[in-house]
Amino acid sequence: MHRRSLLASALAAPFVPKLAAAQTAAPSRRETLLLVQEYGPNSLDMQGIGSAQPVNGVSVNCYDRLLRFKPVPLPGGDGSTFKIDQLEGELAESWQVASDGMSATFRLREAKFHSGRAVSAKDVKWSLDRAVSIGGFATTQMAAGSLEKAEQFVAVDDRTFRIDFLRKDKMTLPNLAVTIPFVFDSELAQRNGGGDPWAKEWLKNNVAGSGAFRVESWKPGVETIYVRNDDWTSGTLPTLRRVITRDIPSPSTRRALIERGDADISYGLPPKDFKDLIEAGKVKVVGVPVPNALWTVALNAATGPFTDVRLRQAVAWAMPYEKIMQASLFGRGVPMWGATGEATTAWPQPYPYNTDIARARALVQQAAPGGVTTTLIFDAGAATIAEPMAVLIKEALAPIGITVELQKIPGANFRGELNKKTAPMAINRFGGWLDYPDYYFFWNYHGNNSIFNISSYQNPEMDKLIDAARFTADPAEYKRDVEAFVSMAMREVPAIPLAQPLHDVAMQKNIGGYQFLPSREPDFRSLTKG
Amino acid sequence: MRTVLLRLLGALPALAGVILVTFLLTRVLPGDTASYFAGPTASAESIAQIRAELGLDRPLPEQFFRYVTALAQGDLGMSLTTGQPVLADLTARLPASVELTLAALLLAMGIAIPLGILAAVKQGSWADHLCRIVVTAGVSLPVFFTGLLLVYVFYFILGWSPAPLGRLDAFASAPPTVTGLYLVDSLLAGDMETFRASLAQMALPVATLGLFALAPIARISRGSMLAVLSADFVRTARASGLSPRYVILTYAFRNAMLPVLTTLGMVFSFLLGANVLVEKVFAWPGVGSYAVEALIASDFAPVQGFVLTMAILYVLLNLAIDLLYGLVDPRARMDA
Repeated sequence: MHRRSLLASALAAPFVPKLAAAQTAAPSRRETLLLVQEYGPNSLDMQGIGSAQPVNGVSVNCYDRLLRFKPVPLPGGDGSTFKIDQLEGELAESWQVASDGMSATFRLREAKFHSGRAVSAKDVKWSLDRAVSIGGFATTQMAAGSLEKAEQFVAVDDRTFRIDFLRKDKMTLPNLAVTIPFVFDSELAQRNGGGDPWAKEWLKNNVAGSGAFRVESWKPGVETIYVRNDDWTSGTLPTLRRVITRDIPSPSTRRALIERGDADISYGLPPKDFKDLIEAGKVKVVGVPVPNALWTVALNAATGPFTDVRLRQAVAWAMPYEKIMQASLFGRGVPMWGATGEATTAWPQPYPYNTDIARARALVQQAAPGGVTTTLIFDAGAATIAEPMAVLIKEALAPIGITVELQKIPGANFRGELNKKTAPMAINRFGGWLDYPDYYFFWNYHGNNSIFNISSYQNPEMDKLIDAARFTADPAEYKRDVEAFVSMAMREVPAIPLAQPLHDVAMQKNIGGYQFLPSREPDFRSLTKG
Repeated sequence: MRTVLLRLLGALPALAGVILVTFLLTRVLPGDTASYFAGPTASAESIAQIRAELGLDRPLPEQFFRYVTALAQGDLGMSLTTGQPVLADLTARLPASVELTLAALLLAMGIAIPLGILAAVKQGSWADHLCRIVVTAGVSLPVFFTGLLLVYVFYFILGWSPAPLGRLDAFASAPPTVTGLYLVDSLLAGDMETFRASLAQMALPVATLGLFALAPIARISRGSMLAVLSADFVRTARASGLSPRYVILTYAFRNAMLPVLTTLGMVFSFLLGANVLVEKVFAWPGVGSYAVEALIASDFAPVQGFVLTMAILYVLLNLAIDLLYGLVDPRARMDA
């Protein structure tokens, strides 16, 4: 049975006469996509403080950036992903980096905002100025690509825009393609800002962009409806005219909806459901290994038992990698253990550990013959995956003399707990948008001790290698530094990688054109419904 | 009328207490709102910035003073989880919960009261056993389980019920808002198609919640009916040769209604807040799931707003029940 007739009959019974439903529903549905997700945007402005993960989707679909990631086909032909250094113009028709490598000049396309006004270089300037000055996540993310001051952004003329670099940074251009430096209709925003120079309150509730979709209706916590902007010229006009995203909190209900064919795309199911859906074969599941992301167990290198590297290595040898992959991730991950060769520049890459209890026990005997008692914390919000992980780890460490007490921390508390940096062991998932090993290491192992350096790992030698790799322009030097810090991390194991997560999305078989982006939110512009 | 005013005045201290206690409770709860909303790559500075913006860096008495001042102006604060004013969220969501709860309560009453009376009148009969089974099932089956089971059977397997997508199918549009209750609004607008569609969406969640509400009502109906039936005045009525039907419906039933009314009031207010799980399973945009989402994120304003709304509703409900007592039993009127 086709899903449309299924849909009609599901609707029809038991209250609605069959014919009426089919007639009113049929015309728009081919060009309308229904996506179900756990929760929707809490704002329409990704630069604003406190914007939640789904707001990235508003940025992708309703706003344009100077640059975007070029689609890179996925193996298997189920869609595309991105490569961090392969960019194409979005609002920029063309761009050029100056010969001294210290600035980039962008030639803007003839594009129009939803308001009908032409996009000009001063809108781009206002938007990027806003991103670096508004504070919070937006400003942090901009700084990750050495975009720090408003003076760096110059509107040369109406359609020429220049960015002056603070330093040569390979992440500057890729960072222009993420979901933060998008371009607002600055006149419209300022006119409605009501005294606030950045129109924060107004832009939170209104879209003032030039993107491929407009927000037709937004009911926070219920649904968001997007309609196509027929005048969009910054790319191929999307084939979908209307996208409805509904917030369905229960994963069981989201699974039932996709299996029955009532939803076109279902986001964010537990890994077990994705595994079942793949085995049942009724719907398509596209799984992309999330670039620069890992599930890890961080071991506190600054305080507690794991200041001793031998104990950290012991845990790495005792880790039940295969069991975790099967019973916690249900195979929806890429193994990160059992490497045999030397470290490479790939990231993430498997570490040279296996489950080898004898070796682990020997290390514990050396370092702490009396055994160790410690605690492992994990985020209750990620408990579907992290709880079985934690239990398996507890079980595996008991025989080698490490007694682990588990602590499940409520979501709102987990970040605070990480910030304290006192937990001896923590399960965490980190993913960096800018897919470079030095970026990952900067957040996780650098001496600046960011919140994600959960191990509080401090090693001046490591810092030197990370900093050198971050800003070198010489490929040979880069390779040497990256390999050096990766093998240092393998030896020192401040955190043990368990697996690289897959980002799974379930969709009907007639849905095509899936595009994976660093923000992991759906890109409606390329999606098709056959 | 005076009674009503006096009762409302009497509720004020309780409301003040509720405001103070919820404020303190939300502050005492572990959880750091600022670092939760600071996002994935937050630095210590950006967390501090958010804390300052939310006013969470100020001393508690000052925070409380600001909260109460805003409250006096009808401002319940902003929700961080939805990004909207709490008042707007609650007004948008309360009708959904009320509609669901009222419908479930009506359904439960429609089944439970007759069943309870029948079970009391014919003790040991099939009706009594049925009543016992229903009560046991209603009490022992957790709501989310019944909900998921109904979805599985009636939507997933049989396909009789529409997709559990919330109050209306994704492709239907809501009726013009008058009361916020879709069934009433669609009837007012004369839009039978929307009426049927929203009735269809409601069927499963109402059945789930109804089953849950059934148990206490049926049990109390049966119990209080039994007590009344063995009372002297019923015996006298019977002895006077009145028909059993007349005795049961006019004498016994009316007197047995008082405890049932009390239970109804309790069940209603309880359902309104406690149907979180049903709201989650059926993606029903009500206040229960709203409050729980906010609580998980340590988002104070919605939680406070929710508790306050519930407290006000509870006060009004109790008042309504007390007034109803007076209608059912003239003695209760004197006491008030």
